Amino acid sequence: MRGGVRMSTVMTVRDALNRAIAAEMRRDPRVFIYGIDVADHKRIFGSSRGLVEEFGPDRCFSTPLSEDAMTGFGLGAALNGLRPIHVHMRVDFMILAMNQITNMLASFSYGAGGFKVPIVIRAVVGRGWGQSWQHSKTLHSWFAHVPGLKVVMPARARDARDMMIAAIRDDNPVVCIEHRWLYDVPGEVPDEIDPNALSGCRVVREGTDATVVAVSWMVVEALKAAEVLEKHGVSLEVVDIRSIAPYDGDTVAASVRKTGHAIVADYDWVHCGFGAEVATGIYEQCMGALRSPVTRLGFAEAHCPCTRPLENAYYANAIDIIRAVEKKLDRAEIDLTGEEFYSYEKKFKGPF
Amino acid sequence: MKDATIVNRHSRPGLSSVRPHAVPAVQLHECGPDGDAALQLDLYRKMYLIRAAELLIQKHYPEDEMKTPMHMSMGEEAIVVGICHALKPDDQVLGTYRSHGVYLAKTGETDRFFAEMYGRASGCSGGKAGSMHLFAPQAGLICTSAIVASHIPVAVGAAFANKVAGNGRVVAAFFGDGAIDEGAFWESLNMACLRKLPVLFVCQDNGFAVHTPAAERHGYRDIAAIVGQYDCTVFASDSTDVHALHGLAQDALRAMRKDERPCFLHLKYYRYLEHVGVFEDFNAGYRPRGEFEAWQSVDPLRLQRTRLASMILEEQIRDAEARIERQVQRSLEKAREAPFPEVSALCGGVFA
Repeated sequence: MRGGVRMSTVMTVRDALNRAIAAEMRRDPRVFIYGIDVADHKRIFGSSRGLVEEFGPDRCFSTPLSEDAMTGFGLGAALNGLRPIHVHMRVDFMILAMNQITNMLASFSYGAGGFKVPIVIRAVVGRGWGQSWQHSKTLHSWFAHVPGLKVVMPARARDARDMMIAAIRDDNPVVCIEHRWLYDVPGEVPDEIDPNALSGCRVVREGTDATVVAVSWMVVEALKAAEVLEKHGVSLEVVDIRSIAPYDGDTVAASVRKTGHAIVADYDWVHCGFGAEVATGIYEQCMGALRSPVTRLGFAEAHCPCTRPLENAYYANAIDIIRAVEKKLDRAEIDLTGEEFYSYEKKFKGPF
Repeated sequence: MKDATIVNRHSRPGLSSVRPHAVPAVQLHECGPDGDAALQLDLYRKMYLIRAAELLIQKHYPEDEMKTPMHMSMGEEAIVVGICHALKPDDQVLGTYRSHGVYLAKTGETDRFFAEMYGRASGCSGGKAGSMHLFAPQAGLICTSAIVASHIPVAVGAAFANKVAGNGRVVAAFFGDGAIDEGAFWESLNMACLRKLPVLFVCQDNGFAVHTPAAERHGYRDIAAIVGQYDCTVFASDSTDVHALHGLAQDALRAMRKDERPCFLHLKYYRYLEHVGVFEDFNAGYRPRGEFEAWQSVDPLRLQRTRLASMILEEQIRDAEARIERQVQRSLEKAREAPFPEVSALCGGVFA
């Protein structure tokens, strides 16, 4: 509080998204939200809570299981002046809409001489409790590969709020990929909204010895790694990627020039993944400043298995980051006994 | 058939699975007294514009200056003109890669059209889109698309926005019978019927998807009967008489307004030329020349010219034809002299 004016509020990523959408729907009657089970009792992990009650079934509705047509439906509605938000409970379901996304949405403005295509596509990604391989992909590099699409992955509550608002107000298709473990993560959300939230990386922890460039949930893992390493005299800088397209390589390069070491902690398969794009950018901009080759972390080269021991091994985590840093700095392995890392059974204990 | 109206149905049940389409009996619908002459001339002019433009393309395409894959409308003129003329000017349409006819019927202009065929900056998409992707938003042509059925969901979304706006606009989606092989068609039909949206589904059935006849693609007998199970009104016709098709479109639009639900038109015609390109392909062996020759007896332009000859002077018809021929010739010459886009335009318009 300053002079009796509240400067920020603590809320979860779920609430930040929910409030951003509700506020935009209140502000702009052209905004509507739809998708499979958007208006059911579960409300997309609670992120669409209260919307159908406040805005009615014409502006918040569940749809037939027709991901492809419902995406084209959004395009048509957007072309005729509405501002749709299409929601997928899993990004894996969005694969059914790849034709509309890549052949129609992405290229419409180009063909139609800069025509506005204001549509937001929210896709939840997740992990844990035996999701297996059809409920656990991320695929941000697929979408970011195509010109004409903006792709964002907020990891903090403030970014979730600001990026969702900016996405809804943007006149282009924006894909917003949300990790459902982040929904429970609380964070400070300033009262002031960042109107340029759709682009730019953020240094979320300053450090001097190595840079971790983290995507989505990996920001949480990187911060945990930094906390552990700090106790052992290692200072880790953590960069939250936030936006996959457009990608802010300059902020990453500035960090790597400072630390001389880079680890890309992606949340996807490594081969032909976004981490390769980040690594190439680092090589192009910081070759002389690098003291070790860029390390890429991500999913194992397999499909996500159901059983917990294999699933845990499939995903990279804070421990993988710590071990990668030790290798780069040529340090002995820290004894991690007694350190408490995130596990699904214990859920996230925050604060972030 | 419950919830469906099949009118003007000349063909025998089950015929849609038999190739080739039977040539419909010549039956010029009776026109009213003299007052109708203006309408009949308008319909003829619009069809003549399409035919004249395509004959000119046919003549000049071998010069290899129009570097875009041509999917010609010859044979379908009565359908697109009959329907577009029945629509209000601010009603909207979407088409396929075979949409010269739709573009010309909806806009009546040929300068931007020919410039686009020649890839010039003055084309309707600045030369970036070519023959398969035609846009004329000011004239109500939302887009045409080269992925079969991909524009149909866009039509449904556009109709949703029109319904929300309460502007009374109808959206007509033109597509071939190949599109009904695609899931996007069924997903779109379902959504439009579910939400009672003002969509006019226009199936232009030429019996082939590329070169494969319906009999080798359809595991059912009668598309109109199947669509009749949906909550929409169905009309079917194999007429090539533009006056009859115009009347059928008016009936369909009246039914849509009265019942506040979509309408599906199953309309048969004969594709005169090869799937892509400007030539005949009867030597390819998949359809005999005799079919084409038989359909010439019901050529839509010939039928309408015959009708007009009994209503106005031959000289008046020739005058109208000459004006159109001058228009398309001038447009072609202008296009050939127009500059190509600057290379700096390459990345413009990717985003709005």
